[in-house]
Amino acid sequence: MKKNKTTPFDVFLIIFLGAICIICVLPFIHLLAVSFSDNAAVSAGKVGFLPVDFTLASYEYVIKGAKFFRAMGISLIRVALGTLLNLALMVLTAYPLARDELRFRKAYVIFFVITMLFSGGMIPTYLLVSKLGLKNNILALILPGALPVYNMIILMNFIRGLPKELEEAAWIDGATPFQTLTMVIFPLLGPSLATVGLFQMVFHWNDWFSGLIYMSNPNLYPLQTYLQTLLVNFEQLLQSSGNGADITAILSKMNARTGRAAQLFLGALPIMMVYPFLQKYFTKGLTLGSVKG
Amino acid sequence: MKKKEKLKNQWQYHLMLLPGVLVVLIFSYIPMYGLIIAFEKYNVGAGFSSPWVGLENFRYLFNQPTFTRTITNTLFIAIWKLALGIIVPVSFALLLNEMKSSRITRFYQTLIYIPNFLSWVIMAGVLMDILATDGALNSILTSVGLAPINFLGSSKVFPWTMILSDVWKGFGYGTIVYLAALTGMDPSLYESADVDGATRWQKMFKITLPLLMPTIVLMLILSLGNVLNAGFDQIYNLYSPVVYETGDVIDTYVYRLGIQQAQYSVGTAVGLFKSVVSAILIAVSYVLADKLAGYRIF
Repeated sequence: MKKNKTTPFDVFLIIFLGAICIICVLPFIHLLAVSFSDNAAVSAGKVGFLPVDFTLASYEYVIKGAKFFRAMGISLIRVALGTLLNLALMVLTAYPLARDELRFRKAYVIFFVITMLFSGGMIPTYLLVSKLGLKNNILALILPGALPVYNMIILMNFIRGLPKELEEAAWIDGATPFQTLTMVIFPLLGPSLATVGLFQMVFHWNDWFSGLIYMSNPNLYPLQTYLQTLLVNFEQLLQSSGNGADITAILSKMNARTGRAAQLFLGALPIMMVYPFLQKYFTKGLTLGSVKG
Repeated sequence: MKKKEKLKNQWQYHLMLLPGVLVVLIFSYIPMYGLIIAFEKYNVGAGFSSPWVGLENFRYLFNQPTFTRTITNTLFIAIWKLALGIIVPVSFALLLNEMKSSRITRFYQTLIYIPNFLSWVIMAGVLMDILATDGALNSILTSVGLAPINFLGSSKVFPWTMILSDVWKGFGYGTIVYLAALTGMDPSLYESADVDGATRWQKMFKITLPLLMPTIVLMLILSLGNVLNAGFDQIYNLYSPVVYETGDVIDTYVYRLGIQQAQYSVGTAVGLFKSVVSAILIAVSYVLADKLAGYRIF
């Protein structure tokens, strides 16, 4: 098939598919151009895919106000703590469940799988977390999803596919299950842990909803929740930004659209930076999940 | 001998399972028990053991036109998303598969896969900007002499804005799934088709598409469980009261009723209704996936 010579249809394909792909990313490029443009040009609708009257005012505004970076800090803490907890719980749960000899294995598996089929839903979970006194506590963002069951099962299937001889050798040497897990199994989990770990990192970074319902103090919002509030009321926020000499100079060159664009871009930047890894491991994850038990 | 050794250490495995069991017990099973407040009149002091009212909340709900319309809205948006969420990536994968240069194919994949990883908050911010009545898309429309479209503020257009922007965010992922399914294919099939003088389109529809069928069936089945999820994150961030008529879906309704207005029992009744239907759909889809596509996750 690849030996055939290039036909007009091939040229058409490259252009047609290329056009669709470019259309898919143009909105992001437009947003980036808006974030670097002067407010007058943006309001006049002059900005396409290149900045008009280039200015960094919107970014200066973000740096001057501490809110964006405080929210980003909370998100980073959440990503780090949340992912580590996820990985620890997933490994600890997946390893025993990968062993057929485990007593009550079937009961355990059913216990976990039921939660994939059925859940209490938004309100009972919200009431429980509130009752536990976790509101305005970062644990409210981390604990309820501390064990991602689907990813744990992917990991369990992966462990089941490992050669049994390695473990048996460790047992003969007198290793306990804990030692076998940490010294024999864990080092073999690299790529699959990278896949589920990246998946959880993206989840924690992108989740805005639990921040919205569990944090009643906006100073505790993680970044995506803070960005969500910008979609709703950035106009008012801008009007109440104070009237110091330097802030007035910045505000004369920006408006809600440019400021929002700058912050959305900065909020997407970390994902863009890990995108090459995401692409690599997520495609790997597609085949990882289909291992049969 | 070995067996005895395993038995001796069984307790260590159970100890490993303990933290995971506790987390799931507390944060999944207690809320499931909490669904009981759908049959109660919730008050904060009594918590999950508030006074029993039977089916009162459900009776109230099904008499609310604002509730019944969320079901039809949810089904409309979710089913269109499901259909286009298969048709678009399959077509795209078929065409990408025809490309001669694998470097360009990979570059194109990289471009279309990006939105998949961005949160709906960021996507909504981008969409609000370009779809605004004075936004970039409308200025393009007016410059070529078309009437501007109120993408987010017209209840006729809003569901389609949701459906198509969801395709935009998700089709890169689907395309990659289908392309991955095609990479393991036997090239001799094409070679013998070449000998028979088959055209490109014939090969595409008679060989490639049938080979994709198992994956298509699998993706379709696995998305069945989402028929009642029209996409809370997306709709919540883009809708407004003017489009409630066509844009309000079950999850956004539960949120406004249950959390914003603190009508916990009525909100939970909606949630329970949705959970039961979804659980049945998911269970059916897992059985179908196993029977039709030979796919099991555990």
